[in-house]
Amino acid sequence: MRMMSETDMQEPNAVRTGFWADAIRGLIDISPLMAGAAPFALLLGSLAVQKGLSPAEVTLMSLSVYAGSAQFIAIDIWQTPVPILAIVGTTLLVNLRHLLMGAALAPHLGGLSPLGRVLTVSVHSDETWAMALRRAQAFGSVGVTPGYIFGVFVLFYLQWPFWTCIGAISGGLVSDPAAFGFDFVFPAVFITLVIGFWRASRQTLVVAVSLGTALLVHHFVDGVWYIFVAGLAGTLTGGFLYKGEAPAHG
Amino acid sequence: MGDLFSLQGATVLTIAGMALVTWLSRMTGYALARRIAITGRAKAALEAMPPAILTAIIAPMAFSEGIAEAVAAAVTVLAALRLPTLVAVAIGVATVVLIRQAPF
Repeated sequence: MRMMSETDMQEPNAVRTGFWADAIRGLIDISPLMAGAAPFALLLGSLAVQKGLSPAEVTLMSLSVYAGSAQFIAIDIWQTPVPILAIVGTTLLVNLRHLLMGAALAPHLGGLSPLGRVLTVSVHSDETWAMALRRAQAFGSVGVTPGYIFGVFVLFYLQWPFWTCIGAISGGLVSDPAAFGFDFVFPAVFITLVIGFWRASRQTLVVAVSLGTALLVHHFVDGVWYIFVAGLAGTLTGGFLYKGEAPAHG
Repeated sequence: MGDLFSLQGATVLTIAGMALVTWLSRMTGYALARRIAITGRAKAALEAMPPAILTAIIAPMAFSEGIAEAVAAAVTVLAALRLPTLVAVAIGVATVVLIRQAPF
C-alpha cells in the first residue's frame, strides 16, 4: 500500500488528494443536482400534507424510502384507507431500475470499507449513482474514494428529507418547480452525463437503442416500465456488440 | 393539515413496505453482480449500463414533454459536446425557461 500511494503521488493527475479534498470535489459535482432536487422535495412535502399525511409521516418516508419518483407516484395514488399493496407494488415497479444500477456500481466500490459499500448502495439515487459512475469512468474505480462518495452522497441524501419536511410544514411554498426551470436541471445534467459516457466509449448504438425503446415504451405502455425496459435493452445491446477480447497480437 | 407529529399505523406500515422494496431493489442487483465473475460479454453489457439507464430515465422528460423541452434537450446535447458541463446545463435550463415564456 505504501508503495502504491507513493506512485500515485508522483502522477500528475493523482486521484488521491485526501478525504476532504475529494469530498469537496464530490460536493461540487453534485451541487447542481442538489439545487434541482430541492424544489421537488418541497413540492412533495406540500402535496403529501394535502393528501392527509402529517409532516412527520412524509419526512419519515423521505428518510426511509428516499426515492423521488416512487414517492411522487405513491402520494398521487394515496387515499384513505391507504391502498397499501397498490402503493408498495408501484414503488417496486418504479424502482426496478435500481437492480441494474446496483449491478453497475458493484465493480467500482473496491476503495470503500464493507460498511461504506452497503451504505452507498443502500442510498444510491439516480443522481448520486450517476456521479459515482462518471467518476469511475473518468478516473477508474480508484477515483471512487471514500471522500468522493461522502461528498456526493451525504448532503444529497440529507437534503431530501430536510426539504420534504420544510415543504410539509410550510405547505405550498413551491407550487411549480417548472416556473424557474428547476424541473429541467435533472434532464440537462443527465444529458451532459450521457454525452460524457458517449465521448469516452462511443456507444452510439447503445444510446440510440435505449432512447428509441424508452420513447416507444413510454408512448405505448402506461406507467414507468420504460426505464427498466429501455435500460435493459441498451445494456443488452452493449453485450450484443461485444466482439471478443482484443487479440494480443492485434 | 393533521397533527404535525401524528403517525398512523397504516401509513407507517405503507412507508415501511415502500422502504423495504426500494432497499431490496437497490441491494439485489449489487449483491448478484458481486457474486458473479463478470467477464467478456457480460462485462461489455455492464459497461453499457450507465449510458443506457441514464438515457432511459431522461428520454421522455427530454423528448416527449413538449416543444420547449425537446428543443432545450437538443440545445443541451450540442452545448455538452463543446462546453463544460455546468455551462451546458445552464444553457439548457435557460433555453427551456425562455421558450416556455415565448408568446406562442
